[in-house]
Amino acid sequence: MTEATELLRLHETMSVIRRTEKAAHDLFMSGLVKGTTHLAAGQEAVAVGARAALRDGDYAFATYRGHHHAIAWGATPAECLAELMQRATGLNKAKGGSMHLTKAASGMLGSYAIVGSHLPMAVGAAWSARLRGTGQVAVAFFGDGATNIGVFHEALNLAAVWKLPVLFVCENNLYMEYTPIGSVTAVANPAADRASAYGLPAELVDGNDVVAVQDAVVRAAQVARAGDGPTVLEARTYRHYGHSRTDPASYRPDGELESWLERDPLTVSAHRLRSLGLTDDDIKAAEDRAASLVDDAVDTAKSAPDADLAEAFTDVWADGGAAWRT
Amino acid sequence: MADVTTYRESVAEGIAREMRRDDTVVCLGEDIGAAGGVFKTTAGLFEEFGPRRVWDTPISEQAIVGAAMGAAMTGMRPVAEIMFSDFLACCWDYLANEIPKVRYMTGGQVTVPLVIRTANGGGLGFGAQHSQSVENWVLTVPGLKIAAPSTPADVVGLLATAIRSDDPVVFFEHKGLFASKGAPAPDGHEVPFGQAALLREGADVTLVALASTVPLALAGADRLAEQGVRADVLDLRTLVPLDVSSVLRSLERTSRLVVVEENPYQGGWGGTVVSVVAEEGFELLDAPIRRVAGANVPLPFADALEEQVIPTVDKVVDAVRALVDY
Repeated sequence: MTEATELLRLHETMSVIRRTEKAAHDLFMSGLVKGTTHLAAGQEAVAVGARAALRDGDYAFATYRGHHHAIAWGATPAECLAELMQRATGLNKAKGGSMHLTKAASGMLGSYAIVGSHLPMAVGAAWSARLRGTGQVAVAFFGDGATNIGVFHEALNLAAVWKLPVLFVCENNLYMEYTPIGSVTAVANPAADRASAYGLPAELVDGNDVVAVQDAVVRAAQVARAGDGPTVLEARTYRHYGHSRTDPASYRPDGELESWLERDPLTVSAHRLRSLGLTDDDIKAAEDRAASLVDDAVDTAKSAPDADLAEAFTDVWADGGAAWRT
Repeated sequence: MADVTTYRESVAEGIAREMRRDDTVVCLGEDIGAAGGVFKTTAGLFEEFGPRRVWDTPISEQAIVGAAMGAAMTGMRPVAEIMFSDFLACCWDYLANEIPKVRYMTGGQVTVPLVIRTANGGGLGFGAQHSQSVENWVLTVPGLKIAAPSTPADVVGLLATAIRSDDPVVFFEHKGLFASKGAPAPDGHEVPFGQAALLREGADVTLVALASTVPLALAGADRLAEQGVRADVLDLRTLVPLDVSSVLRSLERTSRLVVVEENPYQGGWGGTVVSVVAEEGFELLDAPIRRVAGANVPLPFADALEEQVIPTVDKVVDAVRALVDY
């Protein structure tokens, strides 16, 4: 069982993510966030629970819906919001945007916007960890929609035959973009049901319970670090917003959102915190700290300078510049 | 050391030299291990370096290249083989969207020191899906370096530069050259990228070639010499970076340009060479530029038909004659 103080810390991190997503939404509506966003409000427990189960230096690979993974892996709300607002201080120097948030220094090796593409990268990072003997594991977070992409199957097979320390964590939020995943998928549990085809263990996890996620990832990481190969975890969860900024999610059945909000990750963790003896004031203090952090982050990002024009021509080549000819 | 070696043996030699020098260099691909590769270009590597550094993969091009990318992002220097260059299309997402963009879109947080080797080109009667020259595919993607050696020594020297590069390199070995012979590479041989080799000097015409078209250009130059026409023959050796400086310098002497490329005329790399010359060297020219390129048809099977649609010595000679008489 997670200690109360530890769980309060996770609750606060989830609050930071929730507040950051709300800020991203509001800033988008006021014209300060450009492009698009794919908000993960409602799915915080998967990222935060997984990170809490792992060690510093363990790798994460995420999707275009990856704000929560970036923050769970150490990106600050200020640098994330600055990135969304196309500011020079953005996490990716304003060259990535919402769909590519990356915090490589702490092992969050990128958010990839081609569905499923990052699964073999996580396999490769796990292979590298094995070759270097570091004991690290790699986690690929992906949505339910990615399970119908060919490379999902290539990645699981390769990871299985090489017995690599990689965790495949599916955030099944019930919708493949706009379409219910069940209507386009041959099995009920799109990730977990397919694991056995590759001889891999699988577990269904309550993706709105940060402790359940943490416990499952602890178990899977132990297996991986022992050299016994990958695990597939399928976390059932729900996104509060639509697929992206242009999606009002009007296709959702009446009452579905409301029923999930009753089991919102923050509601679940607050209930557990109370059962561990913490008071409403303790919980509110953590949430207030999160709110204050994000309010400051909004101010910081708003006052940051615009993207540096010279950056358009940097970071193409590791050996400098953008020149392709002599 | 033998007086001559083959292009095929030089591939394994070039990889082995780097694997001996740097234990972060690892190989992966289909049939590359105990089998030594379908073209025997990895012969001896498994015996010398063992299964910890030479990894057989399933037929999973996306997993091969995606895993190589993940390993390259986390401290290894993988050398991945895609058996026939036609199959790059099976993992095109990684070449077009993932590998070349990750450094840029993360604001320089991640580097990908990765080499993808592949057997390119026609002339052997392998039919339409095993014979293409596809260096032009890769040329359309900013962020990838491209090497395509024509001699055994260049294979070793360019491999050394490719594997030591912190940037991703697509390394095109030409199927039609595997059995060709030449001087072995001296110890410690490195060929820098972006430096064309002037293989023959003449004052009447510049022949710009790459990989399989280099021997064609040299044979054409021999025949032209018998007719009193003297040709400069430039082997570009890499397409990114592209040595247009050497092309322009040669044109200062010759004032006539023929580009000899095996990939299709439509979208071929010769078009890029020609456009730079037209923009920056127009006043150097005394005649129109000619491109001897692959025809815009799928590669046919029969030898006689294939010869109709890919460059030949006759076509090179005819193109030069047309310019000399201009």
